Amino acid sequence: MYAIVVATNIGIFVLLALSLNIIAGYAGQSSIGHAAFFGIGAYTSAVLTSTLGVNFWLSLPIAFVVTGLIGALLGLASMRVKEDFLAITTIGINFVVVAIFQYAPIFGASLGMSVSKPSLFGVKMDNLMFLILVGALIAAMVIFMRIIEKSWFGLALASIRNDEAAASSLGVNIVKFKVLAFAVGTAVAGLAGGVYAHYMTFIYSSDFAFLVSISILSMVVIGGIGTIRGPIVGAIILGIAPELFRFISDYRMIVYGGLLVLMMLFQPQGIVGNGSFLVNKFEALFGKGRKKSVVS
Amino acid sequence: MLKLQDAEIFYGQMEVIKKVSLEVKQGELVSVIGANGAGKSTLIKAMMGLVKIKHGKLFYEGEDITDYPAWKRAELGIGYVPEGRRIFGDLSVEENLKMGAYKIKDKAQIKRNLEKAYDMFPKLSERRNQLARTMSGGEQQILAISRALILEPRLLLIDEVSMGLMPIMVNYCFSLIKELNQQGITVLVVEQNANKVLKIADRGYLIETGQIMVEGTAESLRQNDVVLKAYLGE
Ligand SMILES: Nc1ncnc2c1ncn2[C@@H]1O[C@H](COP(=O)(O)OP(=O)(O)O)[C@@H](O)[C@H]1O
Ligand SMILES: [Mg+2]
Repeated sequence: MYAIVVATNIGIFVLLALSLNIIAGYAGQSSIGHAAFFGIGAYTSAVLTSTLGVNFWLSLPIAFVVTGLIGALLGLASMRVKEDFLAITTIGINFVVVAIFQYAPIFGASLGMSVSKPSLFGVKMDNLMFLILVGALIAAMVIFMRIIEKSWFGLALASIRNDEAAASSLGVNIVKFKVLAFAVGTAVAGLAGGVYAHYMTFIYSSDFAFLVSISILSMVVIGGIGTIRGPIVGAIILGIAPELFRFISDYRMIVYGGLLVLMMLFQPQGIVGNGSFLVNKFEALFGKGRKKSVVS
Repeated sequence: MLKLQDAEIFYGQMEVIKKVSLEVKQGELVSVIGANGAGKSTLIKAMMGLVKIKHGKLFYEGEDITDYPAWKRAELGIGYVPEGRRIFGDLSVEENLKMGAYKIKDKAQIKRNLEKAYDMFPKLSERRNQLARTMSGGEQQILAISRALILEPRLLLIDEVSMGLMPIMVNYCFSLIKELNQQGITVLVVEQNANKVLKIADRGYLIETGQIMVEGTAESLRQNDVVLKAYLGE
């Protein structure tokens, strides 16, 4: 059924948006090349299952760990550049990674890579099973992010995002936490990549191009950066829009870019971010359920 | 306790601190006064490890800490109250204070220290669940100070506590600093408001365009011609 295909696709982008949110939202790091890690996870698991014959269910955690390690390493290297250049550095990383996919024979080079459909209990996984898998991963990710928000890790990230100097004067090791945020965020993107590769059964370097990174970033920002619901809502809206309005597909980047600018101008918190118009209205109607809502 | 020797600090090519030497002895309340742009914030940030000292040395209790990162200095007992009430706006008052306790391992002690802060500043207790950025300027300054106190620093570095506050809050903050000093915390405070700070300080330095021009007891600074003319408005 077509709806299942669309939903699974959107679900994968929900995972990607949530994972970028840990880096860009929680830690406040302007990482703009997230699709690179989506791709690293996809190609890692694809090589594992299709070339080396590793089981799909084992390839996923390996893709998770490998991508997270590479993400941590690149994050650490990026810490050496000034804040303003982090965005540009991460764009560069995206281009380099895509070029490697495109030219390295082990990744199928310009022909792309075929990936075999995995099985679960001896049954080939159909689309519905993938949708359930993606749904389960999203649920796990949401629980994980709720735990982060309440943990020391989450507090430390928020303090770094608000004021690095003040945070480090309290004993917070800034570099350590930024790199940790990179590791966790990219690892989840790698996991999403592993699922994507086996769901699509064919991957090509351009699936992970810079434009994909922009899509993920748009989802986070348009939905509401720094919250859990924001990236989910953003990914759903930007995922469904091209299905409803076919013409958007052709002009996707213009529409996303335009939306980004509009959001920045009128609702920088995003559609459902803290303090956004919708959330304020909702809280006015139903009482403020959250203790931390903005008052006075 | 803290000793800065011939420090030179640059932003790019521009030398902002030129061969500055300065000392804070155990138990003292020392102030650095100077006009806007003189280099006061740069100096205090260098002591916390937030800007790099290019030449020169910084000693804390005899230990050379010139190359220590800020978080390591915090572990050694140096606290810092940044300029402009830089609290963590996205966090609640309680979470701000918890971040102050970040380096404390013992949960019971974190709780004790937070309660101590609440006892000291009942206003913060009333607002513990409020987002820090929604508080008034004065309350934010109190939060910034109490956040730095949670770690029980032995040396407190305070940058321009009076900036942008109402006069009544300014007075309150200065008397609070004096009180903290009397409780045994060594304090270095940099301040444009020379008049007020020289009333509570033991000693002082006058800094102009990155150089120490005058130094001495607060009393002698108050009577110094240069200070009188330029900073005490007489
Ligand atoms: N991050 C920076 N980059 C470049 N120049 C700076 C920076 N911060 C301060 N300066 C310059 O250094 C000088 C001293 O600034 P500062 O230490 O903030 O002075 P004060 O705190 O006494 O007002 C000023 O000329 C200021 O313009
Ligand atoms: Mg200053």
